[in-house]
Amino acid sequence: MAESDWTPDQPMVSAKDVHKSFGALEVLKGISLDVMKGECICIIGPSGSGKSTFIRCINALNPINSGSILVEGQEVNDPQLDKLELRKKVGMVFQQYNLFPHKTALQNIMMAPIKVLKEDRDEVEQRARHLVKKVRLDGKEDSYPGELSGGQQQRVAIARSLAMRPDVMLFDEVTAALDPETVKEVLLTIRELAEEGMTCILVTHEMGFAREVANHVYFTDRGVIVEHGPPKTFFTEAEDPRTREFLSQIL
Amino acid sequence: MSGARKHRSVGGTGNLAVLKPFSLHNAAPSAWRLQPGHGYMLFAALVLFVLVGEVQAAPARPSIIATMWKWTPFLLQGFAFNILISFVSIIIGTMAGAALGLGQISVSRPIRAVSWTVTQFFRNAPWLVLLFYCIFLIPFEFELFGVTIPFPAWIKAVIGLSLPVMANFSEIVRGAVQSIPDGQWEAAESLAYTRRQTLWLIVLPQCIKRMLPPWMNLYAVLTMATPLVSIVGVGEGMTTTGEILAAENRSDLLIPFYMYLLCLFFIYCYPIARWTISLERKFAVKI
Ligand SMILES: Nc1ncnc2c1ncn2[C@@H]1O[C@H](COP(=O)(O)OP(=O)(O)OP(=O)(O)O)[C@@H](O)[C@H]1O
Ligand SMILES: [Mg+2]
Repeated sequence: MAESDWTPDQPMVSAKDVHKSFGALEVLKGISLDVMKGECICIIGPSGSGKSTFIRCINALNPINSGSILVEGQEVNDPQLDKLELRKKVGMVFQQYNLFPHKTALQNIMMAPIKVLKEDRDEVEQRARHLVKKVRLDGKEDSYPGELSGGQQQRVAIARSLAMRPDVMLFDEVTAALDPETVKEVLLTIRELAEEGMTCILVTHEMGFAREVANHVYFTDRGVIVEHGPPKTFFTEAEDPRTREFLSQIL
Repeated sequence: MSGARKHRSVGGTGNLAVLKPFSLHNAAPSAWRLQPGHGYMLFAALVLFVLVGEVQAAPARPSIIATMWKWTPFLLQGFAFNILISFVSIIIGTMAGAALGLGQISVSRPIRAVSWTVTQFFRNAPWLVLLFYCIFLIPFEFELFGVTIPFPAWIKAVIGLSLPVMANFSEIVRGAVQSIPDGQWEAAESLAYTRRQTLWLIVLPQCIKRMLPPWMNLYAVLTMATPLVSIVGVGEGMTTTGEILAAENRSDLLIPFYMYLLCLFFIYCYPIARWTISLERKFAVKI
């Protein structure tokens, strides 16, 4: 793989004209966006507009058909791509948590750094315990996922991803399966992350969160970015009728 | 999703399920399984036949019960051989089946195709036919590096029984791996686990629980199939019973003795069947 000459003043994630089809169905029809280091962006849009598909392309869970996605200067749409190296840099949290049910919370967090990054166990454990505190789950270290609430599981999943010390975090509707009370806990955790300078890409329906935390909001519909802007202007001065309709439905 | 999962099944729909109960999706206790009622019926029949036999017996002969008692150690010895055969067969069959099952979910298309074909072939061939083939096709001794290794009939019989066990266990493995939600694979992928790590550290450990009940079920079926090896005169329960009857040469003993053997099988297999069902219930709640 070619060593990239990426520097932190260039976009951390840079998508250009990304196209993606599932068979005959074209889901992404030319998505372009840039995310700078330390930025938090939110992607919103109606169901089926390709938000999940796009975010999964960033860590190569979905291969793209054409266009380019650079993560720290590394081309994701490269047949020679070392996916494992890419995924060490990009953390991902899913709507359904996807914790490993046969491992305790702490083990869920520790496993990847030990097995994948081959780091020292004691060091990893220290870091994992610190992360457990950070996501406010003190005392739940030895609980199995089945013994935790949805919100708690989701925070373990965030900690599990953070344990790999990623440069970018992807969140795909991570609060969609939670009840309103626990949504707050999870959003608070993400908010703190963003404020600490973690680069975050979120797909979300939480408009309040997008308004307060995001640096930039993108609205997608049928595989294209219809409109985007900083939240201040985006939510008040949206021009496209599709954006307006969507916002009026959801706000 | 990346290629890792898409090719995990070749012919998922091609199951000509002859031995349906092994299917994971058939988790509810199915009707064919041993129930307490079967046991009561069996013992009632045994008592009935013995009593009728006693009443009709010529006064000069030793009673049926006394004869049965006399032969019990010999019969148990034969039955112990059934259990030995079942142990060895389940061990060989499980190991070979695990390998074949992992072959069925391999990333390599040829390995998948071969594993699937072998699995389907041995799963859908009658056990007795496989047994015959092994007994008549495997030589009675092997020449290996100048050393002659004998291959007695009972070992050939064990191999013959291991083949269907292997094929059925292969399906159990495949079914269990495929029952693990996609999200587990995706989460592991996004954490930079390799496919191999995902399989061994994340997916297979979760499969053990799911595989245990159908595996025990398979063992019970295997045990009940062990009398088939009597066709080659291996000294197991069936053969022993035949020998006892030949020695006694009394037609009134025929039914009581076979019934006696049947009861031995029931006493052995029934607890396994109950335990399997309770495990299934337990896991069904948890998973
Ligand atoms: N693996 C796949 N194979 C085929 N089609 C797919 C696949 N994944 C997604 N699609 C299709 O792509 C389209 C976009 O799906 P996607 O999940 O990206 O939407 P979304 O914007 O995330 O919607 P939601 O808000 O409901 O999560 C949908 O029509 C979906 O059916
Ligand atoms: Mg989605």
